[in-house]
Amino acid sequence: MASSYMLPGAQQAPSFHSHPSTASQPRQHHWSPYTENGGVILGIAGKDYVILAGDTRSSEGYSINTRTARKIFDVGSGLVLGVVGMSADGEELARRVARKIDDYKRSHDKHITVNAAAVMLSRILYAKRFFPYYVQPLLGGLDENGVGAIYTYDYVGSFERESSRAFGAAASLITPFLDNQINLKNQFEPGSNGEVPRKPGDMPRETVEKIVKDAFTSAVERHIEVGDGLQLVTVMRAPPRAEGAEPEEEEDEREKTAGGGVISEVMSELKKD
Amino acid sequence: MCCVAPDVVVVASRVAGLGLGSGSFGIRNQARVHETTTSPTSLSTLLASTEHQEPHLGIPIKMNQFPHGWGRPRDDVYGAYDSSYLNSSEPTSHTQRPIVTGTSVLGLKFNGGVIIAADNIASYGSLARYDNVERLLQVGTHTIVGAGGDISDMQHLHLLLDNLLIKEQYPADDHSLYAPQVHTYISRVLYQRRNKFDPLWNSILTAGADPKTSEPFLSYVDLRGTTYSAPALATGYGAHLAVPILRKHVPDEESAASLSLEEAQGLIEECMKVLWYRDARSGVSYSWAVVTKDGVTTGNKKIEKQSWKFAEMIKGYGAQNI
Amino acid sequence: MGGFDFSNHTRNAALMSAGMPAPKATSTGTTIVGCLYDGGVVIAADTRATSGPIVADKNCEKLHYISPQIWCAGAGTAADTEFTTAIVSSNLELHALSTGRKPRVVTCMTMLKQHLFKYQGHIGAYLVVAGCDPTGSHLYTVHAHGSTDRLPYVTMGSGSLAAMSVFETEWKKGLDREGAVNLCSQAILAGIFNDLGSGSNCDVCVITPEKATLMRNYITPNVRVPKELNYRFERGTTAVLQEKIIQKDELRRYITVTEVDAKGEATLTTDVMQVDA
Repeated sequence: MASSYMLPGAQQAPSFHSHPSTASQPRQHHWSPYTENGGVILGIAGKDYVILAGDTRSSEGYSINTRTARKIFDVGSGLVLGVVGMSADGEELARRVARKIDDYKRSHDKHITVNAAAVMLSRILYAKRFFPYYVQPLLGGLDENGVGAIYTYDYVGSFERESSRAFGAAASLITPFLDNQINLKNQFEPGSNGEVPRKPGDMPRETVEKIVKDAFTSAVERHIEVGDGLQLVTVMRAPPRAEGAEPEEEEDEREKTAGGGVISEVMSELKKD
Repeated sequence: MCCVAPDVVVVASRVAGLGLGSGSFGIRNQARVHETTTSPTSLSTLLASTEHQEPHLGIPIKMNQFPHGWGRPRDDVYGAYDSSYLNSSEPTSHTQRPIVTGTSVLGLKFNGGVIIAADNIASYGSLARYDNVERLLQVGTHTIVGAGGDISDMQHLHLLLDNLLIKEQYPADDHSLYAPQVHTYISRVLYQRRNKFDPLWNSILTAGADPKTSEPFLSYVDLRGTTYSAPALATGYGAHLAVPILRKHVPDEESAASLSLEEAQGLIEECMKVLWYRDARSGVSYSWAVVTKDGVTTGNKKIEKQSWKFAEMIKGYGAQNI
Repeated sequence: MGGFDFSNHTRNAALMSAGMPAPKATSTGTTIVGCLYDGGVVIAADTRATSGPIVADKNCEKLHYISPQIWCAGAGTAADTEFTTAIVSSNLELHALSTGRKPRVVTCMTMLKQHLFKYQGHIGAYLVVAGCDPTGSHLYTVHAHGSTDRLPYVTMGSGSLAAMSVFETEWKKGLDREGAVNLCSQAILAGIFNDLGSGSNCDVCVITPEKATLMRNYITPNVRVPKELNYRFERGTTAVLQEKIIQKDELRRYITVTEVDAKGEATLTTDVMQVDA
């Protein structure tokens, strides 16, 4: 089956060894099960938080489907999943991951850890090795030590834990910005005369949120498929209970469903042209 | 394979008697094979004989009795089996293309409900083949499904939805299907069909209103299972020609919530007119439906107050003046 | 006559059939429109130039000068619209000089279509031509293959459907200047906000028998919000791997150095180069 279609954007490698053939041959009408819906997502892991953000534009060709499509999903147990690529596959993947995380909780009576969920997602993706989900997923959550974790995947399940990543249409625009501002690549402590590299990783959440916003407003300026709105999702540690205070019922319930991580979402506007 | 049950034998021999099988089969043949497996000489003698008469019915055995080809016509009787069709390197190809098609469907939310519209033309390529096709389907009490794309696939979906609705009636509980459920069902069907490489070639709008809260619902799904929602949606050419007009008036949910039914009807009329002017596969008459918490109201309309005199003073395409 | 250099054609055809992608030209997406009114004609355009999905220019000018009272809006391949309008502008000027009359819009349109037809669509210029001449106000579209159309309101480019939806709902007979400018800019805005190939600002050009008025960035609905942070790097962030200081005197061996005081007047000039003295 795999040979009968190509992923969008896939190109035959140019070769100088093949014979020239007629440039345009009558082509059979061939349907592709894949489409691209544009958009961009990014994830940044901090010392005690994770930020996942995505624009809310869904497009096809030169048309805007809707200006209010979310790309970041709460998949339960304090984990968030960002999907970009083909939205039908992305939403299906998010549904399956959420379902499996729920299954895990019910059968083991505990929340899945982010690294276990990361392996699980990898298996889900590889199971469709020959008819892949056309999706680039980012999985975010707090690990067992309460440290922010971002797991990044290719669309057939190869994955690794990273501190920051951008996926989707404007990934090539945002990645160097993240390298520079989050990972502080090729930068030195002023006055150290090039001896002490700047150390990444201890940035306050508020600063990172500003960097994320600037990444998106910049991507909107230069990529036609990015815009309309910004969905900014944060996973933080639940605030410690005041000493001696009895756990409130509501709070208890929240911790049970969120696996210690508290997920919050902020929506804001982006340019709409 | 048939085994010991006596009536199975009866059925099997009856099939053979109707001439559907090549030769007789059933328990008796099997028994013979089992019998002969113990004695290889007698098996090969039996299978090699070209004109072995079936003792009971007097029909020559033309069926291959060797285990690797059991049930096939015998090569020495019918010639080598042409199995070329099995060796196709191509996957089984289902994907057809749309044949008889409908064009745009428009949907717009307003305060307390949704309005949806689609014209009545079914095209066969560039031929306006049918002009009385209903592309808005009522599903239950508070849902309208509008379909663009292949008409036969739309009718198949209609069947699925009817069956779904009947199934939902059986429990006779107080639950019924409303637009969100219908939309989810359709999107699952379409996504699964695309996974089978056998898509239902449609773009579909599902419109409805909640019977209790009167919260309007409007969603899109297409042949790849792509879904999205917005206060104003359209399929096909409507996405290019009608959505810009609708979005200008209803850019977000808040503005949809302050739009009256009359204003919504006026906008839909205007958009259907633009489509009639500019979409070559559209028609003059269209069906519309309004869903509110009180249920569905439907109707049929012709494009009114057309104007084709915009270029009265224009002559030709260039230098011509008279 | 001059023209195009085809010497690489065969080589490129071989490369492309071997799978090498063709080089990408700028700008396929655009919204351009035009509208006649009582007393003149208006054309308008968005200002986004794209290269694939990337915005190549956020504020480019798609309204091209042809003659003082003939202007042209271009969609399609940016280079083709620019060079095609430039060569026709040039030829039309010569034509006007030799006839001693003001150039006519119909002449311009005919030169464009004949040029484009000759190249059978390979010159990807999709144009809206508008202007006023002694015979009146005129508005045409010219397609890359050479066909033309003459209408009271026209749209072109990837945003043409969005723009046309505005004309089809709001256009009426007997518009005045303000009405036409308004309608055209609204049509462009429909393209800017609904078509991904169009964006940024709206340029408008009004042409009357007296004069042409180009209103560059008539509407700017997409001003970027201020950045959240300041991205100045502190001095010393970049490591200095090697340092070599060249003294001024050493420098004078190679170039001319002019000392400038605070007022900007040369006070001392050394080693002034002598050319054709």
